[in-house]
Amino acid sequence: MRLNLWRYASPQTFYPVADKLSPWFLGLAAVLAAIGLYIGFFVAPTDFQQGESYRIIFLHVPAAWMSMFIYVVMAFWCAVGMALNTRLSFMMALALAPTGAMFTFIALWTGALWGKPTWGTWWVWDARLTSELILLFLYIGFLSLHAAIDDVRRADRAAALLALIGAVNVPIIYFSVQWWSTLHQGASVSLTRAPSMAATMLVGMLIMSLAAWMYAIGASLLRVRGIVLERESDADWVQELGKAAA
Amino acid sequence: MSWGSPQDFFAMGGYGWYVWGSYVVATACIVAELWILRRRGRTLRRALSRKSGDRG
Repeated sequence: MRLNLWRYASPQTFYPVADKLSPWFLGLAAVLAAIGLYIGFFVAPTDFQQGESYRIIFLHVPAAWMSMFIYVVMAFWCAVGMALNTRLSFMMALALAPTGAMFTFIALWTGALWGKPTWGTWWVWDARLTSELILLFLYIGFLSLHAAIDDVRRADRAAALLALIGAVNVPIIYFSVQWWSTLHQGASVSLTRAPSMAATMLVGMLIMSLAAWMYAIGASLLRVRGIVLERESDADWVQELGKAAA
Repeated sequence: MSWGSPQDFFAMGGYGWYVWGSYVVATACIVAELWILRRRGRTLRRALSRKSGDRG
């Protein structure tokens, strides 16, 4: 038997899936975060250069990774929506944006609080920090543009176009520390060489990243569920759902 | 890492404000997002059952 994935491209079949899965992802995120924080605060040693201030890493790096990754996924759904005209793709993109913006804000905030004790400044207008700030504006711009257009289908397409153009910014953020001289350190974790940090720090950071990942999936499924209900509120299946709940 | 006392833990070697400032704000963001999502879900479900109640 072949599993037909196209089936799930319809909001009607996707709704119960999102409904059932989101608590599992959020629960998994809570468990992983508890393990990650335990390792981060009770197992990982004090950094010999930065003392305890480095413990911000367990939030900062996962949030920064997610801020970029969510944008890529969002742009991907926008592209799929533009190419195939699938309603659910645009709903997914719209559901991801607020969570992406939140992670971007956390990355910037924790970065400032980490920068002050280590660099001596909350903020510098260098390539990494500025491009991450632009990412936050892109998320906000995407959401505002969508909210500003009344016709949902036109809003979807206009915002998708903005998201796709803004996608240029993601590689700029990622490679900014190599392309320009900056206060921000280079990547501590890379696929091609050994990580430049203690093993327990790395494990804690990776588990926190997994937690952030699960949270992002859970929260956006929860949000897309609401968007589906809102947009399909006149459809028969939603009416049936309402009757069953009443 | 073993902390000598709870005070040591909260002091974070003198970086307490920076470390806890990060964690508290991040937690607040996540709690706020989940709260908004829950509230929105409840409002939608209520509106939905009212709407289908009118028809059926």
